[in-house]
Amino acid sequence: MERAVGNSDFRIHDFATWRTRARFLLHTGVAPAEAIWEDSESSEQDLFANLAVTQTEQPDAAADTQQWLISAEFLRLAETVSCHRDPMRWSLLYRVLWRLTRGGEKHLLKLSTDNDIRRLQGMAKQISRDLHKMHAFVRFQKTGDCAETGREQFVAWFEPDHFIVRFAAPFFRKRFTSMDWSILTPDECMHWRGSKLSFTDGVPREQAPSGGELDDLWRTYYRSIFNPSRLKLQAMQSEMPKKYWKNLPEAELIEELTAEANNRRDAMITRQAVEPKPRPKNAYLESLGEGAGAGVEDERSL
Amino acid sequence: MDQDQKLSILADAAKYDASCASSGAKRRDSRSGAGVGSAGGAGICHSYTPDGRCVSLLKVLLTNVCLYDCHYCINRRSSEVQRARFTPEEVVDLTLSFYKRNYIEGLFLSSGIVRSADYTMEMVIEVARQLRDVHDFRGYIHLKTIPEASQELIELAGKYADRISINIELPSQEGLDRFAPEKNLERTQDAMGGIRQRIVEGRSERKAGRAASTRTARGRQAPAVYANGQSTQMIVGADRSDDAAILQRADHLYRGYELRRVYYSAFSPIPSSSTILPSKAPPLVREHRLYQADWLLRFYGFDVGELTAADSLDGGHLDLDIDPKLAWALRHRQLFPIDLNRADRESLLRVPGLGVRSVQRILQLRRWQAVRYEDLRKLRVSLEKVLPFVIVADHHPARQGLDDENLRARFAPPPEQLEFDFGRHNAAAGAALHHAPQATELKQARVSAHSGEL
Repeated sequence: MERAVGNSDFRIHDFATWRTRARFLLHTGVAPAEAIWEDSESSEQDLFANLAVTQTEQPDAAADTQQWLISAEFLRLAETVSCHRDPMRWSLLYRVLWRLTRGGEKHLLKLSTDNDIRRLQGMAKQISRDLHKMHAFVRFQKTGDCAETGREQFVAWFEPDHFIVRFAAPFFRKRFTSMDWSILTPDECMHWRGSKLSFTDGVPREQAPSGGELDDLWRTYYRSIFNPSRLKLQAMQSEMPKKYWKNLPEAELIEELTAEANNRRDAMITRQAVEPKPRPKNAYLESLGEGAGAGVEDERSL
Repeated sequence: MDQDQKLSILADAAKYDASCASSGAKRRDSRSGAGVGSAGGAGICHSYTPDGRCVSLLKVLLTNVCLYDCHYCINRRSSEVQRARFTPEEVVDLTLSFYKRNYIEGLFLSSGIVRSADYTMEMVIEVARQLRDVHDFRGYIHLKTIPEASQELIELAGKYADRISINIELPSQEGLDRFAPEKNLERTQDAMGGIRQRIVEGRSERKAGRAASTRTARGRQAPAVYANGQSTQMIVGADRSDDAAILQRADHLYRGYELRRVYYSAFSPIPSSSTILPSKAPPLVREHRLYQADWLLRFYGFDVGELTAADSLDGGHLDLDIDPKLAWALRHRQLFPIDLNRADRESLLRVPGLGVRSVQRILQLRRWQAVRYEDLRKLRVSLEKVLPFVIVADHHPARQGLDDENLRARFAPPPEQLEFDFGRHNAAAGAALHHAPQATELKQARVSAHSGEL
């Protein structure tokens, strides 16, 4: 077992590797303050770090045989938080795991005001928001039809805040099953060709196509559904922060629509109001009854 | 007229309908390889326009030609707007094209009334039929329904749509007679009653279907029987109805017709407005306060009578300066302070500044420890609102707090600094109830000064 500690790669890159290692450390009784966690993304790794780890993490001679029961709630939370970009997430998760088990704080997750729990819940919330925004703001562009299968092919570019590509996959797979598609991101790309999801390395923005053939029609819709009488930029930006704008075809209209809104509203207000037109001859309108539409003239004087 | 022009006219014609929900559909997807799209679960807002509203569905009218003359409506027959008409195929094509690019969750289709209610309804249904039957579309469909259409057609609409809605428009027949002379409150409520009955029947058919299918073909979804929700919209500020009348009508609809949502739409200036309409639009914050009160009815255990009692309102209207829960609390101070470590959930929900979620967290927390001032701070509730009304382990509202005649003045912003955050009409609007997001540096300084003296 000692050799396993000494030789293993301490860089953690996903939930599964964290879980394996956390289980080992917990069972061997390595306290959170002694355990060293290194994120595979952080570049500050050096040889001495590993050395230090092997020394501080010598398993307790009386390796414990107790089975620690971990709640599904914590595992779900941990899996979510493992997508976060903060390199400190692995040690935070281990500390909470420790407190839940060896620390005897079984109810810890219920304490929303505990500092560790607040941090975890905050991170989980950021992940869930990032995921939701990815579901919402990915914009596919059609690139063609597959010559062999006849399936329509689409590509999208998206820049998530966290490592959520695989987390987001089920949504796209279930919704766009009958299309071929790729979602490209700087971290990782995913591809669907009708039967299997595959993942490849991240790519730079330039590799994604820009300017979809339906963008203009979509912008027409966006322009028309906007009500200039109710300008509320702050509400819009809290839901659709500026960082997303560069990849949303409709966002280039925001400035213009905002700038002209008040003039458009004022023009509506000052424009001459229109007199009601008399009721046309129509069998259906007559069937609605005598009362309908009759009262207007009388009540004008009110 | 080309597609772009039609879209521009018919989306413009549809934007005064506030409904945008795409949540609550029966869960389904196209995992098997058949069909297009998925639905169910939380709705998704795919974009936001600068008016702060979400873009979730392709919201268009089939045509903006209309026989009716509803004076608040841009499409009434007297209006001078340009008219257009989509063919069903054009709407189907737009919906699918937008959907496949992940621009939308589905379609919201409404129409001006042409020829007759039944004729119009048939056209609207034809679009949904093509989407569902020809293209196997599994995304979200919301159909606007005309109460005067035949029951068979309304049922058919519900067969294809996830949600159907009829706009009640105004809370009283008097208001309708004047501003929407072709509309009738009784007919509308009758139609809602019919829809409710079909929804209830559909629900039990689905349940029976699910029970049967788990026994036979595992994983097979029972076919959609009927829409599982209806909603409506009320125009605010066109007629003279006060907030009490609006809330009473909303409550009546929630209780009597099981509506999922009542949307409130402060009428805003439209091009080609009617001489019948008041020239002044209501302040948009009125709409916001109605939404907040609506939330109190649905999620906070408030009875409509409590909110609309004469001693809770100013001349039948909600207080525009402060949220309705705070206003209610200030007028019922004898019920406070509430001990956060002892009071039941119902009482906690009455505390200004505490949302449903915060209440849940406090209940959880206090099983293990006494709730203290520091916990409230960490829960990020609005201390300014909460503290005068509660007792926690290390805080008791000072006499000059709860009993202070000027307590209201602490919350009501000086008029020139008003910056309203209203009109959030999607699911997230609940958060608006306990929001104090623009808590400025100054405000926070006031909070700590206040808590320091306790």
